[in-house]
Amino acid sequence: MLKKISKIPFVDTPEQAAKLDEIIAKHAGDASQLMHVMQVAQEIYGYLPFEVQKKIADGIGVTLEKVYGVATFYAQFALSPKGKYAISVCLGTACYVKGSQDVLNEISAQLGIEAEECTADGKFSLSACRCIGACGLAPVMTVNDDVYGKITAKDVPSILAKYAE
Amino acid sequence: MYRSHVLVCGGTGCTSSNSPKIIEQFETLIKEKGLEDEVKVIRTGCFGLCALGPVVVVYPEGCFYSEVKPEDVAEIVEEHLLKGRIVQRLLYDETKSSEQVKPLKETDFYKKQNRVALRNCGVINPEDINEYIAYDGYQALAKCLTELTPEQVIQIVKDSGLRGRGGGGFPTGLKWSFTAANQADQKYVVCNADEGDPGAFMDRSVLEGDPHCIIEAMTICGYATGATEGYIYVRAEYPIAVKRLEIAIAQAKEMGLLGKDIFGSGFDFDLHIKLGAGAFVCGEETALMTSIEGNRGEPRPRPPYPAVKGLFAKPTTENNVETFANIPTIIREGAAYFASMGTEKSKGTKVFALGGKIKNTGLVEVPMGTTLREIIEEIGGGIPNGKKFKAAQTGGPSGGCIPVSLIDTPIDYDNLTAIGCMMGSGGLIVMDEDNCMVDIAKFFLNFTVDESCGKCTPCRVGTRRLMEMLDKITSGAGTLEDLDKLEELCYYIKENSLCGLGQTAPNPVLATLKFFRDEYVAHVVDKKCPAGVCKDLLQYKIIADKCRGCTACARKCPVGAISGTVKNPHSIDTAKCIKCGACMETCKFGAIIKE
Repeated sequence: MLKKISKIPFVDTPEQAAKLDEIIAKHAGDASQLMHVMQVAQEIYGYLPFEVQKKIADGIGVTLEKVYGVATFYAQFALSPKGKYAISVCLGTACYVKGSQDVLNEISAQLGIEAEECTADGKFSLSACRCIGACGLAPVMTVNDDVYGKITAKDVPSILAKYAE
Repeated sequence: MYRSHVLVCGGTGCTSSNSPKIIEQFETLIKEKGLEDEVKVIRTGCFGLCALGPVVVVYPEGCFYSEVKPEDVAEIVEEHLLKGRIVQRLLYDETKSSEQVKPLKETDFYKKQNRVALRNCGVINPEDINEYIAYDGYQALAKCLTELTPEQVIQIVKDSGLRGRGGGGFPTGLKWSFTAANQADQKYVVCNADEGDPGAFMDRSVLEGDPHCIIEAMTICGYATGATEGYIYVRAEYPIAVKRLEIAIAQAKEMGLLGKDIFGSGFDFDLHIKLGAGAFVCGEETALMTSIEGNRGEPRPRPPYPAVKGLFAKPTTENNVETFANIPTIIREGAAYFASMGTEKSKGTKVFALGGKIKNTGLVEVPMGTTLREIIEEIGGGIPNGKKFKAAQTGGPSGGCIPVSLIDTPIDYDNLTAIGCMMGSGGLIVMDEDNCMVDIAKFFLNFTVDESCGKCTPCRVGTRRLMEMLDKITSGAGTLEDLDKLEELCYYIKENSLCGLGQTAPNPVLATLKFFRDEYVAHVVDKKCPAGVCKDLLQYKIIADKCRGCTACARKCPVGAISGTVKNPHSIDTAKCIKCGACMETCKFGAIIKE
């Protein structure tokens, strides 16, 4: 799976750095906990910048290639930041046969970004996901933790408008 | 004792359509009316009928309220709970009857179902171990640890005829006996809850609705195979399931049903949860173990099999969630009870996740051998909008499709394999005449190309080449010769790939080629997409007789491809047309068609 790597410079707060140090220290030297540490790191920063990957590699005691390898292997790990509102459209089979591709295309057209991209103002990011398990509501899209089910491309403008402020 | 129980579905489907708010509303209003000592609100797992969610069931009457909104709660509390009058307008249509409420078991959706793996889903509160115990929970474990030897446990599982529900269909008892036969200082039990097959959500529902049964079954497996540690590898995309598992493990530990010296038998067993991170290939057993170890989840060649050298290079038994979910019932009720259901070679029941173009989307559990027709037409309620059934896709990206001509096939492992299909994990996606089978094959290939881990060439490069050939066909550039090449490459990939993902990746292409070759031929010879899906092969046209010349379409067209004067038939310049379909949606007279 190809991942888009962020060109936005990395900045973090002392609180974020402290949290990262804490989880790394807890599992220092235990390579089997690598994914767990990366998952927590992504919760802290929203994505995994190189600087964070390097810190994890050094702390856990594995190579940076290994961390990068794991980060690019799993769909969950992001190498570029998510928007304030992360939009995700399900392209699982049940949603696809009910037209979720049209929904994705419409959002893409409305926001002017492709899947796996973030708008320039950092407000919206768009991604396609594989089945969130709410197949009874197909087609489904999520905006952060809000779930919208049984939608069509026509519903897109009104859903996006809710996050316009 | 409570006089009424209000069960609210807390599965992912209903949670997504606001059931937490409904529960909150019930609790507030029940308190307001001073009924908190008489009525109990329980958040359960999935009822199965996701299409009608959010679902609320009120006992003792057994009223099945469907599509309940938070604003409906006041009426249920006021009318039903306070005055004892059933709220007819919210009742599930099928349960309405002239005198009283028809039991759920008699509705078309439920009457052919037989719930073993899902027996507690939608029945108990999954976050309360006492409810599980009240429903015979941990009895099977007690029986194993206090009455049976490990060999006897394995024999019961063998006799039951249970086969792996993750897709492969390998006999579970046999798998356990392989691990048991190997001596080692440490052995493991792994539960595969990495349900990556899009459109399948039975494992998630079991974990959300009945997490203790998985803990109980894994402990039994540990006892039978000599393992003292277990891992549950669950998708990070299932936060509710993860949370309930964590609660369940903590409760079981507190009660001494997990940990050291369980039931005073001297047997120790401990469980860990590992979160996946979204890689389909991790559903393959060796890849899953590589992932638990903290690596890229790439598969390993077999042999050595996990029973010899599995997790952390120790003997390991790995089973899928649904497989484990059957174990407590098999031990408690006996092998003969389980074997009495199903067909000669496929015993017991199977859970299917019904999705796509079907009325009753949701989870159904039926005895093996039930026909597709029964599942789709009777339980599923048929195809909505008066459309015709075209095919059912089973087994996800590794599976095939069952065309209408084989709709009466009794579904079990061997019958599905015989028609070039696969049971898979049990996703059953229904497609109607508006779905293009070439497009569906391309959809699945797109998925496998994305998910191929890249370790072996046939899968990494082969699936991409398949994808390109399908692209060529759907764009109208394909030839008949391409169809033969497509087939040849499919067999090559199947024979030469390292793991199950690659070996089964061509199945959606092969199955659609086998049953819907005419559709492929239409794409390459006539340059038409019969279902009207593949955009490159479509043309929008205006039927002159029907066009009133209202100009609505011409104004709507984003590229100015439509010309004509007022009150005269318009026409579309196909060279300019981008096939967005806006004109067709706008036309009030049905004068625009695509073909």
